[in-house]
Amino acid sequence: MRAVNQVLNGWGNYTPCQSRVFRPERIRELFELMRNGDQEPSWIGRGLGRSYGDSALNPQGGTVLFERLDRLIDFDPQTGMVTCEAGVTFEALIRIFLQRGWFLSVTPGTKYITVGGAITSDIHGKNHHVDGTVSQFVESFDLLTGTGEVLTCSRSENTDAFWATVGGMGLTGLILRGRFRLLPVESAYLHVDFQRARNLDEAFALFQEGDQAYRYSVAWVDCLASGASLGRSVLMRGNHAAVAELPPRWRQSPSTVPLRRQHSVPFNFPDFALNPLCVKLFNALYYARNRDQQKIVDLDAFFYPLDALRHWNRMYGKRGFIQYQALFPPKSSRSGMIALLEAISRSRMASFLAVLKVTGAAGDGLLSFPKPGHTLALDLPNTGSRLRALIQRLDQIVLDHDGRLYLAKDATMSREAFSRMYERLDEFRRVKARLDPANRFVSAQARRLGIVEEG
Amino acid sequence: MSAHERGNGSGITLILGATSSIGKSLARRLAAEGRGLIVAGRDEPELRAIADDLKIRYQVPVRVLRYDATDFESHPAFFATCAAGEDGPLTGVVFCQGAMFDQAEAERDFALSRQMIDVNYTSAVSLLSLAAAHLARRGTGYLCALSSVAGDRGRQSNFLYGATKSALTTYLQGLRNRLARQGVAVITVKPGFVDTAMTWGLLKPGSPLVASPDQVARAIERAIRQQKDHVYAPWFWRWIMAIIKSIPEPIFKRMRL
Repeated sequence: MRAVNQVLNGWGNYTPCQSRVFRPERIRELFELMRNGDQEPSWIGRGLGRSYGDSALNPQGGTVLFERLDRLIDFDPQTGMVTCEAGVTFEALIRIFLQRGWFLSVTPGTKYITVGGAITSDIHGKNHHVDGTVSQFVESFDLLTGTGEVLTCSRSENTDAFWATVGGMGLTGLILRGRFRLLPVESAYLHVDFQRARNLDEAFALFQEGDQAYRYSVAWVDCLASGASLGRSVLMRGNHAAVAELPPRWRQSPSTVPLRRQHSVPFNFPDFALNPLCVKLFNALYYARNRDQQKIVDLDAFFYPLDALRHWNRMYGKRGFIQYQALFPPKSSRSGMIALLEAISRSRMASFLAVLKVTGAAGDGLLSFPKPGHTLALDLPNTGSRLRALIQRLDQIVLDHDGRLYLAKDATMSREAFSRMYERLDEFRRVKARLDPANRFVSAQARRLGIVEEG
Repeated sequence: MSAHERGNGSGITLILGATSSIGKSLARRLAAEGRGLIVAGRDEPELRAIADDLKIRYQVPVRVLRYDATDFESHPAFFATCAAGEDGPLTGVVFCQGAMFDQAEAERDFALSRQMIDVNYTSAVSLLSLAAAHLARRGTGYLCALSSVAGDRGRQSNFLYGATKSALTTYLQGLRNRLARQGVAVITVKPGFVDTAMTWGLLKPGSPLVASPDQVARAIERAIRQQKDHVYAPWFWRWIMAIIKSIPEPIFKRMRL
């Protein structure tokens, strides 16, 4: 198979890499590519490239695109169990199954991700506090390992490969197909409670009081607010709406999301577009506009507000941005969050609204990100040395509060920080050494973090 | 209610070359319109994967049939099997199969030229003549075939491929003329650069001149629905080719295109 030489990047446009890119259209072609071991020294799989950093980049070897391996293999309308190839997107799953009464059991803030990427990042969503990560709903997957074997991995078969691959950022091999459960829903709508919190303590208190009543819970935080308003936010919590709860005009076709115009950011914005003043104004307006209220909201508006703006990452200009997502355990989450927000607010580094969420129980994925506590995610535009200095401070705060950073977002972490944050790293390395003894699956991120030590 | 029951489900469409990039995209577009399908090609496991996907996505009947494009003797029996389905009458045939080799290699190796001629043209005559007879007997339906902009003018960089497409275009033109009074539409589609397995590594991805298979599939589906005679896909190739065709031969022969 021919390679295309192409510059690839993470969604944050922060780490452009010249890559040799392959795109099999049949599973058989993928096997041939992998069997022909000399073609590339190493490989990494890539879905839609929505991880923000360098986890789906491999400048020293080959990159395998999964976009054309997107077939559904089986669907059971009784149980909602889907089997499909790894390149099937969440967008496609919604398009196909929502009208039949099924939605994703777990979804992140974009539907432009693949099934393979969802499993290897062990993604979480607004329902993490009650449902956990996507792996909770994955029954099994087929993994092509570094030794050329195809392993069916589940909770009862090849268990250690299952838990190393879930959240393992594609370093255990290539997921060929996955089998997972969808969630039955009555409509394409949610009823959502909007609630303002004047500061972080109020937000924490509101989360604690009410979260169990909601399947979905998240807050948008104004990270430029400081002092007594530090952490002021708008909580958005909701549940799937039953047909009877919908206004009459939507009851005709309750499972259809109203069509919206797609807008697109046509080119990289110049650097001055997102200056601190603009962002501050936007955040203040956003807070002012959201009164405490109940609303019926469609799925796209609730889960995927940014998907309405294609290429929204271009707003951050050619130099790109970093998405910083940290998680603190309950005992240190208040102090950690305050320290983080103060550092960000003090830096005057423009960032649009950040997302705050309570996380629930940890899964068994060896490198899975979520565990109980609070997580905060925010964008930081690339301002060069200023950004690097800020990130160093933030990383130190996260470490000091026993927190961790999400690999699907990470583009800058040091190896030392990483090994302190992920206590099961050695276990992961042992499983990887068995599945992929020659380290055929490597990413730029794995090299940076020292997950893979090459000879 | 499935798309098939809702839509124009009365007839079945046969896709020849259904494992090609455009064939796969087109199958999805046609199934989304509620058409039942026969997906035909050489790679049977791949065909089954395609059929399962279509059945789950669009809830239409899909049959899998294997055939060999260059085993001409087998074509009448193969076509009879296609026409004898139980899901509904065969009312449409789309010819998506194709072979393309590097011009220089094909100049050195006649076997490669021969294969392009056989797959792109001889096989089309064999299969589409059978299809034409079937549809003419029914007095309705359509034939659609993928030719190429490469057939519009012979260029040094790919005329061995282009000539097979040129022959196909002329064949379709005549067939259209013959079938016009028998209620059968013949649709010629000429794609430009398409981002397929065939062209991966040869074209610059992301160039505005390169279309996705789905873009082309949408154009084909529209052409079928509107019973167009011939279309370029995407549409702008009509104007590009109009310019290329208008260059006088004494000048053209010295150009590097």
